[in-house]
Amino acid sequence: MELLSGGDILIRALKDAGVKDVWGYPGGAALHIYDALYRQDDVFHILVRHEQAAVHAADGFSRATGEVGTALVTSGPGATNAITGIATAYMDSIPMVVISGQVPLSKIGQDAFQETDMVGVSRPIVKHSFLVTRAEDIAETIAKAYYIASTGRPGPVVVDIPKDVTDPSYKVAYEWPTETKMRSYQPTDKGHRGQIKRAVKTLLGAKRPVIYTGGGIVIDNAAEHLIALAKKLNFPVTNTLMGLGGYPGTDQQYLGMLGMHGTYEANTAMHHADVIFAVGARFDDRVTNDLEKFCPHATIIHVDVDPTTVSKNIEAHIPIVGTCTSVLTEMLSIAEQLDIEPDAEALAEWWQQIDQWRADKGIYTESRYEPSSGTCIKPQDVIKMLYKITGGEAIVTSDVGQHQMFAAQYYLFDKPRMWINSGGLGTMGFGLPAAMGCKRAFPDTDVACVTGEGSIQMCIQELSTCTQHNLPVKIINLNNAALGMVRQWQDMNYSSRYSESVYEDSLPDFVKLAEAYGHVGMKITHLDELEEKMRECFAMKDRTVFMDICVDRSEHVYPMQVPGGSMRDLWLNKTERA
Amino acid sequence: MKRIISILLENESGALSRVVGLFSQRGYNIDTLTVAPTDDDTLSRLTLTTQGDDHMAEQIVKQLHKLIDTIKVVDLTVGPHIERELMLVKLKASDNDIRAEVKSCVEIFRGTIVDVTPNTYTVQLAGDSEKLDAFIEAVREIGIMEVVRSGVSGIARGDKFLRV
Repeated sequence: MELLSGGDILIRALKDAGVKDVWGYPGGAALHIYDALYRQDDVFHILVRHEQAAVHAADGFSRATGEVGTALVTSGPGATNAITGIATAYMDSIPMVVISGQVPLSKIGQDAFQETDMVGVSRPIVKHSFLVTRAEDIAETIAKAYYIASTGRPGPVVVDIPKDVTDPSYKVAYEWPTETKMRSYQPTDKGHRGQIKRAVKTLLGAKRPVIYTGGGIVIDNAAEHLIALAKKLNFPVTNTLMGLGGYPGTDQQYLGMLGMHGTYEANTAMHHADVIFAVGARFDDRVTNDLEKFCPHATIIHVDVDPTTVSKNIEAHIPIVGTCTSVLTEMLSIAEQLDIEPDAEALAEWWQQIDQWRADKGIYTESRYEPSSGTCIKPQDVIKMLYKITGGEAIVTSDVGQHQMFAAQYYLFDKPRMWINSGGLGTMGFGLPAAMGCKRAFPDTDVACVTGEGSIQMCIQELSTCTQHNLPVKIINLNNAALGMVRQWQDMNYSSRYSESVYEDSLPDFVKLAEAYGHVGMKITHLDELEEKMRECFAMKDRTVFMDICVDRSEHVYPMQVPGGSMRDLWLNKTERA
Repeated sequence: MKRIISILLENESGALSRVVGLFSQRGYNIDTLTVAPTDDDTLSRLTLTTQGDDHMAEQIVKQLHKLIDTIKVVDLTVGPHIERELMLVKLKASDNDIRAEVKSCVEIFRGTIVDVTPNTYTVQLAGDSEKLDAFIEAVREIGIMEVVRSGVSGIARGDKFLRV
């Protein structure tokens, strides 16, 4: 049997786990690992400029492909810099493995140079973590890490490896486990058949149903199954922020996003529904508004792979624990076997009502916001232009704030894994590194990072990574020279006292900044230039382009749920309430 | 309502901290906690007590089960069960009247005096938590110097058992 050092074993194990790319940053405790990387060609390493970006890029890669993303960092500050990225992935159930170097075993607990208890620091934000104490254990630990990260409800796994465990002078036999089994970890796959049957009967009897789906549909690749069931039943569908693309955004049965900045039609339909069929969603507070007032007439069917999610916030009348794919498949086959048809008459009436809501105050009616003119460019119109120019075919990553909501509302995603954003944690700085991960995965697809001048500055150093590794992403910077969402809340709740949400002329010249990194910069201040410049931007297939677009600072994101209200209590603009 | 939750856990470094961390992270309280390896030394048995209604207890059990290191989790309080806790109490006992009173109290509670000095008695007592509380109340006037409680250990009554 071949004898290898711990460092070589790690890289070999990554290869055997199917890893092609590792995003990372070297440092003292990881140097044996980096030397092992240097001496092989199977696993490619992409050097980022900050460890947070390594994790976000691995995360973006994972979201776009469905594979497990991998990041590699050193001990101490390398590890702690990765924390925000790990928490981001954890909140959105993204499969990922983060390998961190650690000080040698004999130094652990000695307050050694660059020592941090990574397993301890990351504990609340990982699905699981390992501290590897013997080179002999590396391969099996890596196999377990990828298995845990990618099965059940996916999530990030940390593997902390002390420097002496990867010592090149100590060699042991390498063996990749043929099978990974853990007596303490056996995720549920199939849902309870009796419950599924009950759920189908309830759905078939529904008069005012809504299908409400979340990130679970995307993560579990269940979009096709969802579409098949929704089409068979002719039920309206709404997606959460994480679920966008899980159901085609341009389909007639689609009501748009629900929740805090969800559409009038989606939120109102939810409120009046008699049956809510929640799949791969978790009744997050950004969806439900006040739990006490949530959907008072509805029977709740809740499907999720994670038992802790079911009945956590909202009690489910019919709880089903299983993967979205397996449960939806079974539901579809039961629905076909049963000799019951959905209540066509009631549904016709329900659709008539929904269409009325759409026509009255729907988000895509012409009058929802003042149109752009001249130098007053509305951020919504920038997103619409992006949609037009990319034909709805781009992978869109976003940062966090108003631009994120505008992108979620106005870019209609017809396919899953095209909308990449930090939904749960709301991490500013996510967009650019995530876009790098997507571009690396799909070099021939347009990747647009919709961001704002606040968020982009949180990971702007990654423009340098784009240069080094040729990652021609397009940055669509909705520049309103203010922390837009903070400012909106200050307008609405703090009498427009703009505490620390403006920069007072300190913003950089983004065009020059982009050029300094070797990229193309564009500044757009007039509506007339927008389309032409954006076409130009996307025509430059092999260049990273930074489009700095000055947008109307006074614009707010609407609809917006009224705090403490029900789903349907919404601000529709600055003065109109539903 | 008091809950006694029993967990079979991989006997690995970090496993206990994940259980304990879960409680602070999710805003639950731990009243007592005991943990030790079982007859199979790859496994630890952990018993903890907490307060909570049915919804919270269900969430706690599910959240604990979600931890990768936990193999089995049960809420013992939902069925008939046996609860035991060990307590050591050091009491001031220098004069003869008090020594006699302590001895009689210990006898009533079926405890044992396990250490004696001219000024102290150390009493060992096992039972459910209410019994131990009652003993403390009974000897409080006498003068308690120190109380050490193990926390609750629990096991289901009857044929049910927790094993891999």
